[in-house]
Amino acid sequence: MPEGIYCNKQTVDTPEGVNKLLSDTSGNTYYQEMEVLDVDTDLLWKTIQNTCKSRIRTWLEICAHCGMCADSCFLYEVNGKNPKQVPAYKIQSTLGEIIKRKGKVDNALMRHAMRVAWAECSCCNRCGMYCPHGIDTGIMFGYLRGLLYNQGFVPWELKIGAGMHRAYRAQMDVTDEDFVDTFEWMVEEYEDDYPGLTVPVDKQGADIMYTVNAREVKHYPEDLAEAAILFHLAGESWTVPSKGWEQTSLAMFAGDWAACKMQVESVYEAMERLTPKRMVGTECGHAHRATVIEGPYWAGRKDGQPPAPSIHYVEWLAEALNTGRLRVDPSKRIKELVTLQDSCNYIRNHGLKRATRDIMSHIVEPGFFIEMAPNKEHNYCCGGGGGFNGIGKFRKERNIALIKKRDQILETGAKLVIAPCHNCWDAIRDLEEEYEIGIRWSFLKPLLIKMLVIPDHLKPEE
Amino acid sequence: MHDLLTGTFFWIALGICLTGMLVRFVLYFKGLSWQLDRVAYRAHPKAGLKGAVRSIYKWLIPFGTRGWQTQPFITLAFFGFHLGAVFVPLFLMGHVFFVEEKLGISLFTLSAAAGDVLSWTALAAGSLLLIRRLVLPEVRILTTWKDIMILGLSMAPFATGLLARYQVGDYGFWLNMHILCGEVLLVAIPFTKLSHVFLFFASRAQLGMDFGIKRGGMKGTKMAW
Ligand code: SF4
Ligand code: SF4
Ligand code: SF4
Repeated sequence: MPEGIYCNKQTVDTPEGVNKLLSDTSGNTYYQEMEVLDVDTDLLWKTIQNTCKSRIRTWLEICAHCGMCADSCFLYEVNGKNPKQVPAYKIQSTLGEIIKRKGKVDNALMRHAMRVAWAECSCCNRCGMYCPHGIDTGIMFGYLRGLLYNQGFVPWELKIGAGMHRAYRAQMDVTDEDFVDTFEWMVEEYEDDYPGLTVPVDKQGADIMYTVNAREVKHYPEDLAEAAILFHLAGESWTVPSKGWEQTSLAMFAGDWAACKMQVESVYEAMERLTPKRMVGTECGHAHRATVIEGPYWAGRKDGQPPAPSIHYVEWLAEALNTGRLRVDPSKRIKELVTLQDSCNYIRNHGLKRATRDIMSHIVEPGFFIEMAPNKEHNYCCGGGGGFNGIGKFRKERNIALIKKRDQILETGAKLVIAPCHNCWDAIRDLEEEYEIGIRWSFLKPLLIKMLVIPDHLKPEE
Repeated sequence: MHDLLTGTFFWIALGICLTGMLVRFVLYFKGLSWQLDRVAYRAHPKAGLKGAVRSIYKWLIPFGTRGWQTQPFITLAFFGFHLGAVFVPLFLMGHVFFVEEKLGISLFTLSAAAGDVLSWTALAAGSLLLIRRLVLPEVRILTTWKDIMILGLSMAPFATGLLARYQVGDYGFWLNMHILCGEVLLVAIPFTKLSHVFLFFASRAQLGMDFGIKRGGMKGTKMAW
């Protein structure tokens, strides 16, 4: 059974293991080794028999081959309506084929399946809303990714990503110390402007336990300070856990379910340790999905709920604005055409369309907010979802995928795009880089901070 | 021949169809797994039921969903075909009398004219579905010979039924062919893609529960199908 040094069926569980993978520039050797990686067909078939039950089997069986899902897939549309990009075709020529052959498939089919699973589907779940039989191809691709990961057929970056979660309980090599230090340091930077601003670490029984995306710690630490400022201005009793602060899950994109469980359990442990009334996560769609929507199932929680009620940042913000705990200075509202990216992960997959629109009504001067078409549950993926953004091997395909969002934004005429999701934010940044349509993009926090009314008692002394 | 078709064969076909449907329906729901599917089916029965009902009924209404609205051609062809496929076998006068005689159940009856219209519509719509399959690249790539066979099999009872009704050639022959086709269809239901006639409700209910419980239903958002 030839297994490569880099590309193999083993999981990566330690910092050394992660570093070893990282040392293989762009995964060049990794992908070479993948070309001869053996398929453990017995394992594959056994896994399928144990995990592919009623739902997916019935979906594959009753698919009417009607093609009604074709137009619902943005990848089908941006790739010149190539019939090979019809959701039903994509899944049947991969997962369907593996099942039909009872797992007896070769390396070439597995590599083909990998390409389709990560470069031809962002697991945005849009097609599931357009199939008369209720067949959700995005879910099936999530399942297929798990099978492929198990056999070592996973994009290099995502193998690393899953390894990071195993080694650090974070999507990047950010340690618990790094997190607390960075947060404290960032808050110190703003102390003078906001007297009394602190980061309460590990406070018991706070109203809110705040969790983040490790990228904030590593790449845009201002986001941490901004969150602290907004909680401070809203008068919240809040805390961050020194352990279990990372909400994202690249393991979910990789299909490494065991790592997903480890990751989400670290957050749940923090909830159980600090017993907050609620958890609020940062502006990140997939993090919310991993920790709040799917996480309870990985952790084996029968009611499908995290240990403490958990909400997405947009829900907290909408609530703070609606109840007047945060007030926007009307003269500072956005007075240019602005549009909003609906993140599939919390809009289509968690129904949060109202919260984001409530926020818009507070921060945008009436008449300047332009909806994308289609929008809300029917919105298209940003083009970089499901891990697509991060995979170098599929960069070309990802850039094509961005076209849909580019055109949707262009149609609104807006130059400012609000994207309360890290991944969408990245995709929109990349689309500007790639296609130069002259737009700006922003998270909610920095916008809010510029327009809030600061209560007198929280103002710095002159 | 006629006696055999309307006697033993009828009973066998009906028996296989009903038992098969029941078994598969039960197996489907038994096979759902809250942890594998990641939907807490049992923990939130009310939210699940609401989602399931909404997901089914929205899709049963022509143009009731965004999916139907964005594709008017297939919507018309689909409902044209299925209206006939559901109403004619169940409520056409001849069928009702037959069922009454066999099972003692009497149902509401369609007038002969309505039966004709529905049958012709079904045949026309079925042909359009077939043409669509062969002409549109995004549907052709999915189409297998089985899909064509199933469509042919579903249209055969209409074709033979109409031939009998208009007495084209030998009435008795077409009537027997009609009954035979109907019985083959009944037997095929649990074992082929035709299983969608009941698994449609199962699959839609499942996704409805998914949305009703997990993907926003409990946040008070009705999925905009
Ligand atoms: S819309 Fe549904 S039934 Fe039709 S081809 Fe797509 S997945 Fe199959
Ligand atoms: S989940 Fe999204 S990207 Fe994947 S096939 Fe469906 S519509 Fe296309
Ligand atoms: S990145 Fe945003 S838009 Fe893209 S799939 Fe994820 S949530 Fe959806």
